[in-house]
Amino acid sequence: MPLLTVNDLRTYFHTRSGVYRAVDGVSFTLERGETLGIVGESGSGKSVTCYSIMGLVPQPPGRIESGTAIFDGVDLLHCTPREARAIRGKRVAMIFQDSMTSLNPYLRISEQLIEPLLIHEKIPRAAALKAGLAMLEAVGINDAARRIHYYPHEFSGGMRQRVMIAMALITKPELLIADEPTTALDVTVQAQILELIRTMQRDLGMAVILVTHDLGVVSGLCDRVQVMYAGRIVETADTRALFYAPKHPYTRALQRSIPSTQAKGTELFTIPGMPPDLAKPIAGCAFAPRCSFTVDHCRDTNPPLTECGPGHFQACLRVQAGEI
Amino acid sequence: MPDPILELRDVKTHFPIQRGFFIKRQAGVVKAVDGVTLSLQRGEVLGLVGESGCGKSTLARTIMQLVPTTGGTVVLEGKNLASGSAAEVRRTRRDMQMVFQDPYASLNPRMTVFATLAEPLIVHRVCPRAEVTARVIRLMETVGLAPRFMQKYPHEFSGGQRQRIAIARALALEPKVIIADEPVSALDVSIQAQILNLLAELGRRMNLSLVFIAHDLSVVKHISDRIAVMYLGRIVELGPAADVIERPRHPYTRALVSAIPTPNPDVERTRQRIVLAGDPPSPIDPPAGCAFHPRCPHAREICQAAVPPLMPDSPAREVACVRLAEI
Ligand SMILES: Nc1ncnc2c1ncn2[C@@H]1O[C@H](COP(=O)(O)OP(=O)(O)OP(=O)(O)O)[C@@H](O)[C@H]1O
Ligand SMILES: Nc1ncnc2c1ncn2[C@@H]1O[C@H](COP(=O)(O)OP(=O)(O)OP(=O)(O)O)[C@@H](O)[C@H]1O
Ligand code: SF4
Ligand SMILES: [Mg+2]
Ligand SMILES: [Mg+2]
Repeated sequence: MPLLTVNDLRTYFHTRSGVYRAVDGVSFTLERGETLGIVGESGSGKSVTCYSIMGLVPQPPGRIESGTAIFDGVDLLHCTPREARAIRGKRVAMIFQDSMTSLNPYLRISEQLIEPLLIHEKIPRAAALKAGLAMLEAVGINDAARRIHYYPHEFSGGMRQRVMIAMALITKPELLIADEPTTALDVTVQAQILELIRTMQRDLGMAVILVTHDLGVVSGLCDRVQVMYAGRIVETADTRALFYAPKHPYTRALQRSIPSTQAKGTELFTIPGMPPDLAKPIAGCAFAPRCSFTVDHCRDTNPPLTECGPGHFQACLRVQAGEI
Repeated sequence: MPDPILELRDVKTHFPIQRGFFIKRQAGVVKAVDGVTLSLQRGEVLGLVGESGCGKSTLARTIMQLVPTTGGTVVLEGKNLASGSAAEVRRTRRDMQMVFQDPYASLNPRMTVFATLAEPLIVHRVCPRAEVTARVIRLMETVGLAPRFMQKYPHEFSGGQRQRIAIARALALEPKVIIADEPVSALDVSIQAQILNLLAELGRRMNLSLVFIAHDLSVVKHISDRIAVMYLGRIVELGPAADVIERPRHPYTRALVSAIPTPNPDVERTRQRIVLAGDPPSPIDPPAGCAFHPRCPHAREICQAAVPPLMPDSPAREVACVRLAEI
């Protein structure tokens, strides 16, 4: 049985200007110890997918319209608050994209760091502080014994991000949801954090959902990758297949946009046009207005996610028809 | 013919650390920026890279006069900002704009996108009132945001969309210099490419000068004319962008370049990194001599003797390492 099974998740935002279908029918599974990468357009619903699993969608305006997220037999979207509390923050932990806004500016780092331990494990303060210190050192904060007593504003952006990572790992979760965990970090610290995540996976069998824009990080860490566009999954495959044989036109275009593969000084390849208005129902393929392979058919049929190789699924009508 | 728009001479920014609740006492000083000399040419893009916590954001905030400078001078078009009057500093605000690392914290949560972008236009009387809306729409389009988002609030946007609002706001006053602190880290590669093309084009068209701070070295290499590598409050290497990344000279730059992740699973899983031993040092009591020596694979006795100055290595390159000739 998979550790996590998300089925037909739909999370909409009901705002003055309409209903935004931020996540619109997302399904996936995650095995114990597996690392799943989620990549895709900015605004495509990657963070909202994570928030939905963590029960952190602001309601209102947000609402989970349908779907289930079954973690080890418990549906996180429909369980009692008591059941949820026993899982979230302890067995499932999350690292947020905005590290500054998710730390309380008025509390010392030490207080925030050991809070999950005090709540979930009910261990004495002194022991919690010791564990907190060890975790800060593990994420590469030098002079941790002194710095643990600082306030968030006394840390650099990357140091705050590492505090968030330490907070998430301190309860030794079975599932870590990491939303852009290393974008604020330089490459040497990033390599160190990714190594720490890898070690925790090996030692504790921790599964990871990694949301990132850095395709280099994905290729080093993830077993499988899932590509999102406009609230839907358009392609999912094991990492090698996705990098060496991407099928969906959006995935191909995304790959072409990577700066390191393009000559310096040239204009970078970009995908023309803009992402669709999520407040308007999209009848066909959401990528159709920007896709260079679009035919009429694409605009009126929503392409289903279809298997095109072992474990490789994609949602493009023309790829499915063997035309591209 | 060099034509510097911005010049930093021996700039230092130190933060006192206070401890104690009732009786404050100074427990030390963080030398976040400790002697930086740099010049930015008109129309140039200068990339600034370095370890997390090495002082990049503090240097940016020092240039913008958002933190008090401890020492040295910051000169914008001949005017010394570090010793200028408050009024002078305010005037230069218009010519120099900053995009912050954390777009959520830097946008007012109670202001719609329209209000956010219209405010500087109105305050600085950039255009007649009647043209404000058209101007805002143009700004939004410039950064790839659909004008239909105009009446939305920051929390209604994704991380990447918020960053584009912040960039549009920095562009509103058509500044001469933009200090961009990790402006594209939060963006997907396609939008990142759009923003980079946009910044490059603005640079060409408006002769905009740009200090570009980022962790993604392939991005920095692509957009920058020159790259400055910082380590613990100082510049340790400076040179033409492609050259610095392809032929790094300083041992820290070498380690940095070797850690760049490549978007290629087979390469990424088999390649060799220069793993840095030890932790990043503390800016509170930095190591003696070259601050990198405790982690440097080439360190010798001599490295602890004095802080190595930035010395010309080849005509366009400067490196701060005493053992450069031997390694
Ligand atoms: N509180 C909210 N109210 C209204 N709309 C929202 C809210 N939060 C998110 N959205 C919308 O939901 C969509 C998905 O947002 P999400 O944050 O999941 O994107 P993302 O894929 O994580 O993007 P990024 O890569 O930029 O972080 C966006 O279009 C955003 O505008
Ligand atoms: N207001 C402050 N008070 C005390 N120390 C500070 C303050 N602001 C920054 N520092 C310290 O100064 C050093 C440099 O911080 P800065 O934010 O400039 O780093 P950075 O290079 O931008 O790092 P990152 O890449 O993580 O954003 C850090 O050690 C930080 O803890
Ligand atoms: S379904 Fe059509 S529009 Fe969508 S990606 Fe495939 S070819 Fe392009
Ligand atoms: Mg996000
Ligand atoms: Mg910073």
